[in-house]
Amino acid sequence: MKSGTPIHSDVTPEPLYKSRREFVKNALLFTGVAAGLGAGLLKLTGGASRRSTAPSRSGMGAGPDSLAVTRRENSAPGESMSTFEQITTYNNFYEFGTGKADPAQNAHTLRPRPWTVAIEGLVREPRALDFDQILQWFPLEERIYRMRCVEAWSMVIPWVGFPLAELIRRLDPAPSAKFVAFTTLLDPEQMPGQRSSVLDWPYVEGLRMDEAMHPLAFIAVGLYGKVLPNQNGAPLRLVVPWKYGFKGCKSIVSIRFTEEQPETAWNRAAPDEYGFYANVNPEVDHPRWSQVTERRIGELSRRKTLPFNGYAAEVAHLYSGMDLRKFF
Amino acid sequence: MPARSSLPWLKPAIFTGALIPLAAILIQAWRGTLSANPIAEALNRLGLLALTFLILSLAMAPLRGIFGWSWPIRVRRMLGLFAFFYALLHLTTYVALDQGFAFKAVLQDVLKRRFIFVGFAAFVLLVPLAITSTNAMVRRLGFRAWQRLHRLAYVATILGVIHFIWRVKKDVTEPAIYGAVVVTLLGFRVARALKRRATR
Repeated sequence: MKSGTPIHSDVTPEPLYKSRREFVKNALLFTGVAAGLGAGLLKLTGGASRRSTAPSRSGMGAGPDSLAVTRRENSAPGESMSTFEQITTYNNFYEFGTGKADPAQNAHTLRPRPWTVAIEGLVREPRALDFDQILQWFPLEERIYRMRCVEAWSMVIPWVGFPLAELIRRLDPAPSAKFVAFTTLLDPEQMPGQRSSVLDWPYVEGLRMDEAMHPLAFIAVGLYGKVLPNQNGAPLRLVVPWKYGFKGCKSIVSIRFTEEQPETAWNRAAPDEYGFYANVNPEVDHPRWSQVTERRIGELSRRKTLPFNGYAAEVAHLYSGMDLRKFF
Repeated sequence: MPARSSLPWLKPAIFTGALIPLAAILIQAWRGTLSANPIAEALNRLGLLALTFLILSLAMAPLRGIFGWSWPIRVRRMLGLFAFFYALLHLTTYVALDQGFAFKAVLQDVLKRRFIFVGFAAFVLLVPLAITSTNAMVRRLGFRAWQRLHRLAYVATILGVIHFIWRVKKDVTEPAIYGAVVVTLLGFRVARALKRRATR
């Protein structure tokens, strides 16, 4: 067969042709199954690529987002601040999902303007206050505070806002008021996490009056010199640096003065794990984990947790004579 | 032509696919995109991978039973060994990276925290299973004894689910789903055993 039209078997011997086809088929099956298993595992265990949705830090100090700060105070001297990216992408804000990255992804549905805060309970004049009006009452200051989460991690955050005590003096509560309760917005449209009943919504937190009047207790309306991002509790949130982070009620719509200790969200959900006081205390373990050490976000080795998160000199007197194991 | 049932691509594909999540963790850690708390994120993912592979390995016998396929049994050992591999990485990450080799703190954790205790117990149960996973070991133990020993995989998986349930802060939906899958798989096994007893 040296002349004439070649037939296929002249070009590729049949066994070789078949084995090539077999090889291609096997290669495709290998790729498909490997990729399918890999993708399934990533989806199931949380490795699927997520776009980082951190707002950019460019243009800080200028632009419509920036806040004019008149006074600065560093209450975490010698410690480096957590980055804007860390503070705004690693959040516990169950109103937008229980994952740490969920709030940064989902909080765009929150509308922080217009925003009213109801002033209620034992107060001279109960009323609904526009947030922009509250903003005009006080010069803004920056406070650099440690933030210790009850889950044993921590950050250092440059908040912008005003002392809670200043606001309370303005609101003029009755002398019979012994506690103040803060409530987060309840609106599953804006806060999709509220469609799941993981907590008994709305989120409520509270302080004893003397705690609330302490100069360290703070209302934050911004961080890193800019308007507070939604995932951090826009437009206004509580910051109590000597207590675990969950005391910091976010996106506040109500401030209520009461005679009775308010029922707070985490305390109601698991009273043996989360107390009303929630003071940072390395000597009182969470039932399921130790509070002796913490991981500062961005650091490899753990550091020792300090009593009252390092603010004992300022606040320990508030609790003199109290059994902090009982009132944890 | 090679026998159709040999499926030469199967084991390499499972092996490669099983390593993809580990590659993702390493690449994201390297690029700094493994969340703001990479150690906690790696720890959670590795633990979940260990539990997932345990469940996958337990699902292989029912798959054969229902569909009559033979391939599930051929990949079962590999799935089980990947469960051990990820459990080992999970434990190593906890001891080395999370606790910084503070063995005293680790020991206190294991004894004092029930969720860590059951997780550790699950890992300890997996060790003899990994050691006796070779063909030589099956022969040495005898198939019956080997099979009885490897039923410990169920105990380890159940402990793994309990470890998961006790760990989460509040939302138990995800661990509950894992638990339901394990209960279903255990149900298949019990049903089959009862049927066998009845026909005997």
